[in-house]
Amino acid sequence: MSQMELIEEKMEERVDRILSCFSGRREELIVILQRIQDEFGYLPEFALIRVAKFLGVPEAHVYGVASFYAQFRFKPMGKNVITVCRGTACHVRGSPMVIEEVKNRLGIEEGDTTPDLRWTLETVACIGMCALAPCVIVNGKVHGKVTPRRIAEIIKAVEGVEKK
Amino acid sequence: MPAVYINGSKVEAKDGATILQAALDAGIYIPHLCHHPDLEPAGICRLCLVEVEGRGIVASCQAQVEDGMAVWTETPMVQKARQISLELLLTNHLGDCLSCPKDNECKLQEVASYIGINEERFKQLRMLAPQFPLDESNPFFLRDPNRCVLCGICVRTCDEIQGIGAINYAFRGFATTIATFGNKPIVESNCESCGECVVRCPTGALVPKNYRKPAKEVKSICPYCGVGCSIYLGVRGNEVVFVRGDKDSPVNEGQLCVKGRFGFGFINSPERLRKPLVKRNGEFVEVTWDEALDLVASKFSQYKGDQFAAVASARCTNEENYLVQKFARAVMQTNNVDNCARLCHAPTVAGLNIAYGTGGGTNPISDIDGASCIFVIGSNTTVAHPVVGTRIRRAARRGATLIVADPRRIELFNHAHVCLQQRPGSDVALLMGMARVIYEQGLHDEEFIRERCENFEAFVESLEQFELDFVEEVTNVPKEKIIQAATLYATRKPSLIIYSLGITEHSHGAENVLALANLAMLTGNVGKPSAGVMPLRGQNNVQGACDMGCIPASFPGYQPVKDGAVRRKFEKAWGCRLSEKPGLTLVEMFQEALKGNVRAFYIVGMDLAYSMPNARMVWEALERAEFVVVQEILMTGTAKFAHVILPGASFAEKDGTFTNLERRVQLIRKAIEPIGDARPDWWITCEIAKRMGATGFDYSHPSEVMDEIARLTPSFAGMSFARLEGAGIQWPCTSPDHPGTPILHIEAFNTPTGKGHFSPLQYKPPAEMPDDEYPLILTTGRSLYHFHLSMTRRVEGLLALHPEERIWLNPKDASKLGIADGDKVKVISRRGEVFTRAKVTEDVAPGTAFMTFHFYETPTNILVNEALCPIAKTPEFKVTAIRVERA
Ligand code: SF4
Ligand code: SF4
Ligand code: SF4
Ligand code: FES
Ligand code: FES
Repeated sequence: MSQMELIEEKMEERVDRILSCFSGRREELIVILQRIQDEFGYLPEFALIRVAKFLGVPEAHVYGVASFYAQFRFKPMGKNVITVCRGTACHVRGSPMVIEEVKNRLGIEEGDTTPDLRWTLETVACIGMCALAPCVIVNGKVHGKVTPRRIAEIIKAVEGVEKK
Repeated sequence: MPAVYINGSKVEAKDGATILQAALDAGIYIPHLCHHPDLEPAGICRLCLVEVEGRGIVASCQAQVEDGMAVWTETPMVQKARQISLELLLTNHLGDCLSCPKDNECKLQEVASYIGINEERFKQLRMLAPQFPLDESNPFFLRDPNRCVLCGICVRTCDEIQGIGAINYAFRGFATTIATFGNKPIVESNCESCGECVVRCPTGALVPKNYRKPAKEVKSICPYCGVGCSIYLGVRGNEVVFVRGDKDSPVNEGQLCVKGRFGFGFINSPERLRKPLVKRNGEFVEVTWDEALDLVASKFSQYKGDQFAAVASARCTNEENYLVQKFARAVMQTNNVDNCARLCHAPTVAGLNIAYGTGGGTNPISDIDGASCIFVIGSNTTVAHPVVGTRIRRAARRGATLIVADPRRIELFNHAHVCLQQRPGSDVALLMGMARVIYEQGLHDEEFIRERCENFEAFVESLEQFELDFVEEVTNVPKEKIIQAATLYATRKPSLIIYSLGITEHSHGAENVLALANLAMLTGNVGKPSAGVMPLRGQNNVQGACDMGCIPASFPGYQPVKDGAVRRKFEKAWGCRLSEKPGLTLVEMFQEALKGNVRAFYIVGMDLAYSMPNARMVWEALERAEFVVVQEILMTGTAKFAHVILPGASFAEKDGTFTNLERRVQLIRKAIEPIGDARPDWWITCEIAKRMGATGFDYSHPSEVMDEIARLTPSFAGMSFARLEGAGIQWPCTSPDHPGTPILHIEAFNTPTGKGHFSPLQYKPPAEMPDDEYPLILTTGRSLYHFHLSMTRRVEGLLALHPEERIWLNPKDASKLGIADGDKVKVISRRGEVFTRAKVTEDVAPGTAFMTFHFYETPTNILVNEALCPIAKTPEFKVTAIRVERA
C-alpha cells in the first residue's frame, strides 16, 4: 500500500469516528459537516460521500447544504491566508486591483489554495475598518490602505521569513 | 367537491386541489413557473400570486381550495407583487432569447409576456453576458446555468420522479446555481441521463442537444427493454428526430430512460442494411430481393425436417414471430424453433408453469405502487429495466419496505432497508432459508396454503436441510439479515417479488424460480393486488416471442405440440401435417450443428454469435452449417457468418404488436418508410414461404396475422388490432368482450388441479466453482447505456457514455494480483480468454468479478459456461470460474 493510500485510509477512519457519534438522521447534516471541518480544516470530497451514505441522502444534497454556508471549505487551507475586503468602501478604493494582483502573483482564484498548500486567497464583505480602505488581512494581521504594490511586498516578506 | 369563485365565476374543484390547479383545470390562466403537475408544489417563483378574500395575497400553487373561497387573480395588488417577482427572476437570466434553443417554447417568455414587462426595464435587468460556464458534458443535453431561473423543477424531478437527486441547489445569493455533487460536469455525477429534468425545465437552461422539431408524431412502443414504455416517435421527412414518453400510458406514465428517450439514432443510421446481400467468394454482394428470396427458398427446400432450425427474434413483433414458427412447423416440418428467451427467462416460463400453471408475471407494473414490501432479487432493475427501477425507488421513498439481494452492490442498495449480498449461484439456499424462518416463526399463511395450494408437506420436509448456519455458509449472508428479510417479507403485506436474470441464468435456474414461487405461496402473496411474482423480461418482445410459440415444445399460447388435439387444430388451420416431436432448444441447435445434425439456419434479429455462452462453440457451429440466413437491420457479429443477409425493417417502419413484461400486448405503428430496400420481417418470411410453394402466407397486413393468432390461441382469443388501440390488453383475453387480465391466479391457479404447487428443493452448487487454477467467479450483466450489442453502439451518445468493457474487481483481489484501476488485463476461463481493462471497485465482493457483454471488441461470452439448466435448458451466464492476469 502506498503512502498516499495509507493516509487516505487513516482519514477514512477519522471520518467514521466522527460519524459513529451520530444516529444517521438528516437533521444532523450541518453538525456533522462542522465536526468534519474541525477535524480536517476543510471538507474532503470522500468524507462528503461517506456522509451522504451515512444519512441516506443524495450526495448532491450534501454538497448543496455545504456550499450554502460560507463557513465550509472544500479545499484545504493554505499555510498563509490572505483575506481581501470586498466591502463597498474597499471596493471603490481599489480592492479589485489588489485581488487581481494576488491572483496573478499566486496563480489562484478567489477561495483557492496554491497546489503547494502555502497560500489561500479569500474575500470578505466589510470588516468594519472602512476608514483604512482598502483593507487586507494576512495571517490575522490587518493591513490598511493596501495597494497592489504593497500586497506584493507583504507576500514577499512572508515568503522571505519562511525561507529562513 | 369544493366550489370556489375565481374572478367572480364559480369553479368546481377537485378535493385537495390547489387554487392554481383548480384555475388551470377551469381554463383560467395564472402565471406560474415553478409549478409542474407531476411534482409537489414548491412555492419558489412567487409568480402565481393571487388575492384571496379575507386572506390577502397567497401563492396559488401552494394554497388549497376551500369551499366558498373567493379568489381574484388580477387585482392591482396582485399585479404589482407579480411584477416584482418577475423582475427578480429576470435579473439573473441571460436575456438573448433569439439565440436560445427554447425560444417560443419558453415558459419564462410566456409569463413575461402575460405579465408584461417593458423593454427598457428588461434591458436594465437582464444579465448581459454569460456568467457561468456551460456544461456540455452530457452527449444528449446541454446545461446553461445562465438561463436558469432556479425554479427547482429539475431538482424536484430528479428527486421525486427519477428518485436519485443527482442535482440540487448549491451556493447562495447571486452565486446560487443548480449543481451536481462537487459542482462537477453532470456526466461525472450519478445522473442517469434519463432526460426527465430536460423535458420539464421551463427555460433554456436544460435543452436537448441537436434538437429538431418533428413535423408529426406517431405512437409506438420503445424497442429496447421488456418494460414496454409507450412513446411518441417524432418524425420529420423519413427520419425519426425525437422521442417523448406517453403520459397516458399505465406502463410508464410518460417516463423514459436514456435508451428509450435518446437511443433512437440506430433507426436512420447510415449503417442500416439497405439491400439483400449474398456471400460470394467470402464477400457480401448486393442482390435484388427476387434473387435473394429465390435463393433462400430453393436452398431451404433442401433442408426440410430436423436438419433445419429457426431462431426467432425477441425484437420483432408478435405477428412476425407467429409467422416464423408457422414457417418452421408448417413449411420446414420441424419444431426446431426457439428464441433468445432460452438464454434468459425460459426457467421463468418453466418454473412458474409448474408452480402456478402460467409462465407469465403475475401482476402489472403499476402494482409496485401499492406494495408494502418489495423484494428484488437477481435484478439490477435501475440499469436493466430503468423505468420499473424508478418506480421501485419511488415506492421505497413513499415508505414501502425494500429488500434487495444481489451479489453486487447495485444501485438499489442505496434505497433498500435490507441488503443481502449473496454468493452467485446460492439463491436456492437463501430463499429456502428465508422460507424456513417464515415457517418456523409461524408467519406462513395457513389458510391460503390449505385452500389454494398442494404438496406443502413435501416442501416443508425439504426445508429440513436449510439450517441457517448452513445457509449462511453457502450464501455468505449473515443469519440475522436472512431472518430480518424473511420476517419483513412475510409480515409487510402485500409483498411483491421482482426478479430477473440473476435468478434464471443458472444451471438450476428453474429451481431458483420455484423457490420464489414457494415463498410467495407460503405467505399468501400471490393472486392479489400488489402481491405476486414479477419476472422482468429482457427484450421488448421476448414475452411475445414465447407467447407466439417460438419455442420448441409449444404452439402459440403455450399449447403443447405433444397434445394430439392441439396438433390437429393447427394441422386443420394450416392445412398440413405437423411433427409431434418437440424441437431443439437454442444451445442444443448449435451443439447439434457441430455434430452435423443441423445444417441450415434461419436466424431472425438475434446477435447470437456474441450473446450465447461459449461463443467459440457457436462460431464453429455457424461456420460448419451449410446454409445460414440472417435477417437483420444492422450488420451484426452474427450476420457476418451468413450466406444470405436479408435487410429487415426496424420497429419504426412497420405495424404490429409487442408484449411487455406484464403480458400487455401493445401496438407499434409505422412512422417512416423502411430504410433503403429493407422490408418488414413479416413480409420477408411470407415471401420465402410462398416461394417454397406454401399456402397460408397471403397476408396484406399484420392485423390479419393477429386475427389468425386470436382464432388459434385461447389466451389471445379476444385480441384484435382494433381493440389494442389505447393502452393495449394483458393476456389472457379470452373473448372479444374480455377486458384482459392484469392479475393472474386471483381465484384459482392455472394448473391442472387449480392449486398452486409447492416444490421441495435442494441446494445445488453452480456447475463451475472457483478452484486454484480459476479462483474468481465471473458474473455477467448489463449496462444502463447499452442493450446487447448492435443497436446501442450505433447511437453515438450512448457509446460516449459507456465506451468500452471493464472487468470489475474487488480492491482486495486486485491488489493481490497487482492490478490497479484502468490496467489492461487478460481474463481466462476454461473456454477461452479476452482482453479488457480493470475497474477496481467495492461494488463487487471479494472473489467475484463482473463484466457486461456489450462490446464486439471484448466478447465476454467466449468465457461463459454453457452448462444448462436441465429443466429449462438455459445456460449458466451468471457463474463462470475465471483467472485474471495483468496483460
Ligand atoms: S435548470 Fe431549468 S428546471 Fe432547473 S432550476 Fe433552472 S430553470 Fe428550473
Ligand atoms: S437527466 Fe435524469 S438523472 Fe440526470 S439530472 Fe436529469 S432527472 Fe436526474
Ligand atoms: S425502460 Fe425499457 S422500455 Fe422503457 S424507455 Fe427504457 S429501455 Fe425503453
Ligand atoms: S468596506 Fe472594506 S472594511 Fe468596510
Ligand atoms: S408557481 Fe407558485 S410559486 Fe412558482
